[in-house]
Amino acid sequence: MSTTFDEDVEAEKASPPTKRQKRAARIADAASGGIRSILVKLLLLGIVDAIAVYAILVLALSQEWLVLAVVVGVTALVNWIYFSRRTLPAKYLTPGVIFLVLFQVFVLVYTGYVAFTNYGTGHNGTKEQAVSSLMAASLERVPDSPTYQVTVVDQLGTLGLLVTAPDGEASLGTNDQPLQQVDPSDVENGKAVAVDGWTTLQFSDVIARTSEITELAVPFSDDPNDGAIRTPDGSSGYLYTSNLEYDEAAGTMTDLSTGTVYSDTGTGAFTAEDGTEILPGWQITVGFDNFVRAVTDSRLAGPLVYVTLWTFAFALISVATTFFLGLFLAIVFNDMRMKGRRYYRVAMIIPYAIPSFLSALVWAGMMNESFGFINQVIFGGASIPWLTDPWMAKLSVLIVNLWLGFPYMFLICTGALQSIPEDVNEASTVDGASAWQTFRHIKLPLLLVSVAPLLIASFAFNFNNFNVIYMLTNGGPRDTGAPIPVGFTDILISMVYKVAFTGQTRDYGLAAAYSIIIFIVVAVISIIAFRRTKSLEEIN
Amino acid sequence: MRVNRKSLLAAGAVAVVATLGLASCAGGDSGSGDNGASAEGGTLTVWVDAERVDALKGAADAYTEETGVEVEIVGKDNATIKDDFIQQVPTGEGPDITMGAHDWLGELSTNGVVAPLELGDSAADYLPVAIDAATYEGTVYMLPYAVENIAVLRNADLVAEAATSFDDMIAKGKAAGLDQPFVVEQGAEGNPYHLYPFQTAFGAPVFGTNDEGYDPTDLQLGSEGGIEFATWLGGQGKTGTGVFNTDIDGNIAKQAFLDGTAAFWLTGPWNVGSALDAGLNVAIDTVPSPTGEAASPFAGVKGFFVSSESENKVAANDFLVNYIGTEDVQLDLFEAGNILPALSAAAETASSDPIIEGFAAVGAEAVPMPAIPAMGSVWQYWGIAEASIINGEDPTATWEKLTADVQAAIDAR
Repeated sequence: MSTTFDEDVEAEKASPPTKRQKRAARIADAASGGIRSILVKLLLLGIVDAIAVYAILVLALSQEWLVLAVVVGVTALVNWIYFSRRTLPAKYLTPGVIFLVLFQVFVLVYTGYVAFTNYGTGHNGTKEQAVSSLMAASLERVPDSPTYQVTVVDQLGTLGLLVTAPDGEASLGTNDQPLQQVDPSDVENGKAVAVDGWTTLQFSDVIARTSEITELAVPFSDDPNDGAIRTPDGSSGYLYTSNLEYDEAAGTMTDLSTGTVYSDTGTGAFTAEDGTEILPGWQITVGFDNFVRAVTDSRLAGPLVYVTLWTFAFALISVATTFFLGLFLAIVFNDMRMKGRRYYRVAMIIPYAIPSFLSALVWAGMMNESFGFINQVIFGGASIPWLTDPWMAKLSVLIVNLWLGFPYMFLICTGALQSIPEDVNEASTVDGASAWQTFRHIKLPLLLVSVAPLLIASFAFNFNNFNVIYMLTNGGPRDTGAPIPVGFTDILISMVYKVAFTGQTRDYGLAAAYSIIIFIVVAVISIIAFRRTKSLEEIN
Repeated sequence: MRVNRKSLLAAGAVAVVATLGLASCAGGDSGSGDNGASAEGGTLTVWVDAERVDALKGAADAYTEETGVEVEIVGKDNATIKDDFIQQVPTGEGPDITMGAHDWLGELSTNGVVAPLELGDSAADYLPVAIDAATYEGTVYMLPYAVENIAVLRNADLVAEAATSFDDMIAKGKAAGLDQPFVVEQGAEGNPYHLYPFQTAFGAPVFGTNDEGYDPTDLQLGSEGGIEFATWLGGQGKTGTGVFNTDIDGNIAKQAFLDGTAAFWLTGPWNVGSALDAGLNVAIDTVPSPTGEAASPFAGVKGFFVSSESENKVAANDFLVNYIGTEDVQLDLFEAGNILPALSAAAETASSDPIIEGFAAVGAEAVPMPAIPAMGSVWQYWGIAEASIINGEDPTATWEKLTADVQAAIDAR
């Protein structure tokens, strides 16, 4: 049938347009909007370009040249596509491609990049940031030293501190010039505020030159061990000594109190010879270290095995139970003899309509051993350890996931069943097949053709079904034998979450490596499964 | 030019989103930008939890008027403020100042995102526990504004007098005809924070202290007192008196107290409001000790941190020490959060409220929660061990395993 149709089309193309065809072309032209659509297009592209120009200005000010180039390129491309006459397919593809790049490719590439770094607690920024943070933290106020009143003064661009000691004596110094006694030209409330030859900075000037003032450390005397006066707020100064010294040329940090030298050994932190690190460190690329650790870490290796097994079991059983319950209900409610089917169907959808994390929390409450609804009301005060016994907890997770998941399967099965023509039924009845035989050999295979891809997607979803685990049991009950806080209902994704993000140490690099491994597992399974479902289609 | 209008609209929307997305990746100079030199006095960006935005408006306006520095108060979700801060400071997008809790300090400092803060002579004006909490490895990093700790809420209509000891509390409750007179939040994974006062009563802190604060190399958890505490806890658990029950989570404990089926509730100031709203006659008591020694809860201190990458450090220091550190602002913040101010003078004023006074009296015995990163290794085993002791596991063996696990986790770092 389709072949003849194509031939028709080609025949029409060859001959000159008939009256009817001309009219059809006019209608199509009117339907596509003509001048109005061009105006709308100009307006929309104008808005896009205006925003792009704004973005370019902002980016130019913050000197982000690479992103700026990308924005210019994308904007030019978008304009060309929608003004050109030859780019009809691109007009449809562009929005999708931009979405794809922004929300999928970028995220994937970035996750991949993080997996090869040591990004995490203690390795959060650049080396310069780590050095300045270490230097700032190593400053210690000299014990029992007084508060000095200070005035920031300027001489030809060089900042100095005019310091008034508690005894009223004034002295002046700069970064290079230790404090020397001076005669102030103006004193307010016992605080020297001006001195000849120097300009006194007003507070707004102080704020404007913040970075210079944070660097300003006036040596107290010629002996560097006496420390230096610094001012954190521009009006009071304190005497500080530092217990770390940074040697920029050698790239080493020296602890002045113990004499230990910490050097950059390529691990992303200053490391002493005995291996002790001082944190913060900085981000570096570590190659495949995270992947190696993910599979060889002795603390993780044991739990990883049973968590992986349980993850597969959880995903498979969840898909199977929800599918068969959904299918059973769909068949039941598809039967014409059932009265009030519409109301039952609405009732079936309710679990689907409630956000899953909310229902999981409600279930967790109902399954509480001594106070929960299920034990108190349904089982008359029995204390069934729904969530605290390892096996019961696994069962509970499956029950709750069944409750959450069957409406979806019910919906798709209802749809798929209604698309199977009724004459299949009649034909098999005529051939003398029983209802079960009809279902088993005819309806189920037909159904699976359309439903199988959804089952695979559902498997992938349940493989990473973080919500239900986290909200219902939080992976518990805990395996007290394991050296990491992993529990008997943890699936891979929730275990990774616990390893990488709970407690005070985050390890984004490791987490990214794990998520890539999980992604590969799910992808491989899906590809194999999709290949196999093709054989189903050969039934027809 | 036959282009479907829908696809055009979609394309427009996409392009807008895309451009904005790309621009905000790099631009969006919302934080400590380089505007210090260009704008008249610069801008201070301050992240605070959303409930306290209004309380800080006055101080911000006063500061702007005095110095010409704009103060932009940004309300943030309290649950994400710490992670956002840690992630954004190194990129230069973070704020100049953020509000936070003192037990973040270890993490913030390990990540190098906070700058030391010099309180100068004003340090003496704060409650000692607040200054202790703000100090990490001998350096002050936080301007404290509030001190928070748990205490026992007593339903004064059921039990008229404060209990003198733990056993006395249970006896008084039973005399009033209650099956479960005392409730405390636990849950399947335990809740060491709420059990800590009892643990300290047995003389078993988590870490020992040196002159720089808590000493991560001196784990005290497994001391003799720790074993005694574990034994006592086991005796009050499932196989003993049943005073502690891991099935009682926060909501169940709260409901029991509000329903009047429990007369004593060990909880924090955050729950007082709902008890008062329920029309209960609430009194605040110190935590009744099982041993005779003081039962010291953890104190959580809230305060403000300066970003290590702030380009307005002078203004940030000045704003915190000289404005947020004043009695008026501390009282404004107190009214927004109803927890004890950290500034002694403000704390005294606030204590005219009997509830606050009650918490302040308990707070005088409180110890700051350790902020050292080693504490993270403790939390992940601590609660689960206590929960299994409550559920009838052998107390001594469980506690010894807990100590060994924690020590191993600290050594593994």
